[in-house]
Amino acid sequence: MRRWPVLLMLFALVALVAGGVFAGEAAPLATNEAVEKRLMAISEELRCLVCQNESIAGSQADLANDLRREIRKMIGEGKTDREILDFMVARYGDFVRYRPPVKPSTWALWGGPFILLAGGLGALVFFLRRRNRMAPPPILSEEQRRHAAALLDQSDT
Amino acid sequence: MTPELGHFALILAFVATLMQGVLPLIGAQRSQAQWIALARPAAQTHFLLLAFSFACLAQSFLANDFSVAYVAQNSNTQLPAIYRFAAVWGGHEGSLLLWVLMLSGWGAAVSVTSRQLPEVMVARVLAVLGLVSVGMLAFILFTSNPFARLLPAAAEGSDLNPLLQDPGLVFHPPMLYMGYVGFAVAFAFAIAALISGRLDAAWARWSRPWTTAAWCFLTIGIAMGSWWAYYELGWGGWWFWDPVENASFMPWLAGTALIHSLAITEKRGAFKNWTVLLAIAAFSLSLLGTFLVRSGVLTSVHAFASDPSRGVFILLLLGVVIGSSLALFAWRAPKVSAGGAFALVSRETMLLINNVLLVVATGSVLLGTLYPLLIDALGLGKLSVGPPYFNTVFVPVVVPLLMLIAVGPLARWKQADLRDMARRLRLSFVLALLAGIILPQLMGTWTPMTALGCLLAVWIASSTVFQIVERLKIGGGSAPTSFWGMHLAHFGIAVFVLGVTLVGGYQEEKDVRMQTGDVVSVGGYQLRLLSISAAPGPNYRASVGEFELSKNGRVLKTLHPEKRQYFSSQMPMTEAAIDAGFTRDIYVSLGEPLDQQGAWSVRVYFKPFVDWIWGGCLLMAAGGFLAVFDRRYRLRVKAAASLPASATA
Repeated sequence: MRRWPVLLMLFALVALVAGGVFAGEAAPLATNEAVEKRLMAISEELRCLVCQNESIAGSQADLANDLRREIRKMIGEGKTDREILDFMVARYGDFVRYRPPVKPSTWALWGGPFILLAGGLGALVFFLRRRNRMAPPPILSEEQRRHAAALLDQSDT
Repeated sequence: MTPELGHFALILAFVATLMQGVLPLIGAQRSQAQWIALARPAAQTHFLLLAFSFACLAQSFLANDFSVAYVAQNSNTQLPAIYRFAAVWGGHEGSLLLWVLMLSGWGAAVSVTSRQLPEVMVARVLAVLGLVSVGMLAFILFTSNPFARLLPAAAEGSDLNPLLQDPGLVFHPPMLYMGYVGFAVAFAFAIAALISGRLDAAWARWSRPWTTAAWCFLTIGIAMGSWWAYYELGWGGWWFWDPVENASFMPWLAGTALIHSLAITEKRGAFKNWTVLLAIAAFSLSLLGTFLVRSGVLTSVHAFASDPSRGVFILLLLGVVIGSSLALFAWRAPKVSAGGAFALVSRETMLLINNVLLVVATGSVLLGTLYPLLIDALGLGKLSVGPPYFNTVFVPVVVPLLMLIAVGPLARWKQADLRDMARRLRLSFVLALLAGIILPQLMGTWTPMTALGCLLAVWIASSTVFQIVERLKIGGGSAPTSFWGMHLAHFGIAVFVLGVTLVGGYQEEKDVRMQTGDVVSVGGYQLRLLSISAAPGPNYRASVGEFELSKNGRVLKTLHPEKRQYFSSQMPMTEAAIDAGFTRDIYVSLGEPLDQQGAWSVRVYFKPFVDWIWGGCLLMAAGGFLAVFDRRYRLRVKAAASLPASATA
């Protein structure tokens, strides 16, 4: 019976495949966790262009799936995050980046909050100092206060 | 017939609100008692007419009257009844109707609960609310009439946006609008005070509970929206800095500043001008939010109704409201007294720093939200301003603000003793430091950001608890409701911060390919795919996954995420399945079929402490409501009622 070994091998193969199917740990869409971490980090910064304001990390649209696949490939090719972002911007423009680039037209955007903070705190200090200078002297002088206290004591008894 | 009745009621409401807006104002200027007395009945009539009009629209939806254009656009005979009702505010016209209904509701509430206020003041407040309503009702009647007929009638409606077919639609918009529009009351009190020239502590006391109540509704509304996005959009995020989210967040930030500055104005009579300005700002930001969402200048997750011609009208309204109130402010503000003096280290200063930081935070969100629109309008290209930007600029402003929560309530009015405060904060400081070192390690890995978050949360929570204990010792076991309210709200922030920190730092996410029988492990839990089967829905067909959730071999429950294809729409909808728990959520959402063998891409998340985010918000709102019901706001009524008696005695 020469066929036995072949049949056995077939059985083994079927068992293996079936086992793989029925009790297997689900195959991650990516094989490398470090790669996956970087993929998420990068794709959270990128806008899914066909969606209504969703990142490529969050979206399930075809474009987002494709781009995630593409980024994964680029990571595999040893590209840096910088190079991948540059590639995306070159292809889709600044619109694709959720973190706007720092350039003359976005200086106000990036500087604004910090100028506001500095201005707000500055205004607060200025206001408090001016108010303190202008603050009226205590309404009662020390002597008047003692007099009032004495009167109050009297009324208590 | 019903739509015509509704339309007619809407027109009558417009007339009523015109009377409410104009006559009492003139009456108050000329001291004409009859015209002043018109304010209350006009406000109540206005509310009843709008409620009737709203009911007519709801009836048209429930009766599937597709001869009404708005119904035909936003409903469908297959739509379940509860969504047919909620669809009333599912589109542009109806959500504006809800907006004015809420506004008139707040007005009616003011009219029945303000017996202790001077009649002239009430007349002015109601008149300002009436004028705002005139603007919005004109907008509805002239550009966005929900009762416009469609002739010939459509045989079938084109259905509600599937994203909206969710219990979230039933509760989220009404809550959000209650909050948004509620700031109109704070605004009306401020404007009425400006008109009368009497900006005093009494004014602050009257408007305080209203402002806090509006703030509570807004807090709940935003939290519900966040939770809805979390389970509905399938990416497991709770906040995306979406322009529409920002549109509701900006009034919230300004409103938070306002309730704090109202505290100074009420207790110390100081910063009246600043408080008035904040009240104007909070409501203007609400209007701006309405403009951003309703005009369609944004294209985002929420902006469903867009029609640029309408935007101009709201922009005009916004301009009139801001312009006229600022002009009034510029005229009246210089005459306002400065109020009580205070030292550099005092609760006044703490609250001012709180205000500066909150206003800077509001400004940053405003800048980030409007910047891409501005750049686009100027033809300088298209830009996306998203979470990475907001997180970068928002966190540095918010961290000192959170630090301050523990410190501020300890400071005395007028002059605080730094050494005493430091002594009372010592233990909180040690606990916070320990939490920053230990908690992140307990959770897995120590990172500076998670350490900072844990530190802040414990800093706030412990200081809050110690202050309550101290107070109870001194006060013989009792404290005013507003004291509990403040601390509960602050404690809620600690809970919120801890939730945000832990879910941000320690969530696990897996994108996997699964076939029947496959197992995926996440956060120490195992999920086994039992089956994916087709199931019919009322107006969609779905693929329903059956997942068995287990831990250490013990089966906990089965989860059923869905992928729905609505008959009326091309976009498939993801319905995530969530096993919610006190310390973690397990979140499963179906991706898409990958091949002929029945394999699907599946996304699973382990989200530690994510529910603390919304729990914290609810605590904040609960604290706010406690403060609203503080006895001193009601004592006012009794005191005023008993005044004649004591005067004669």
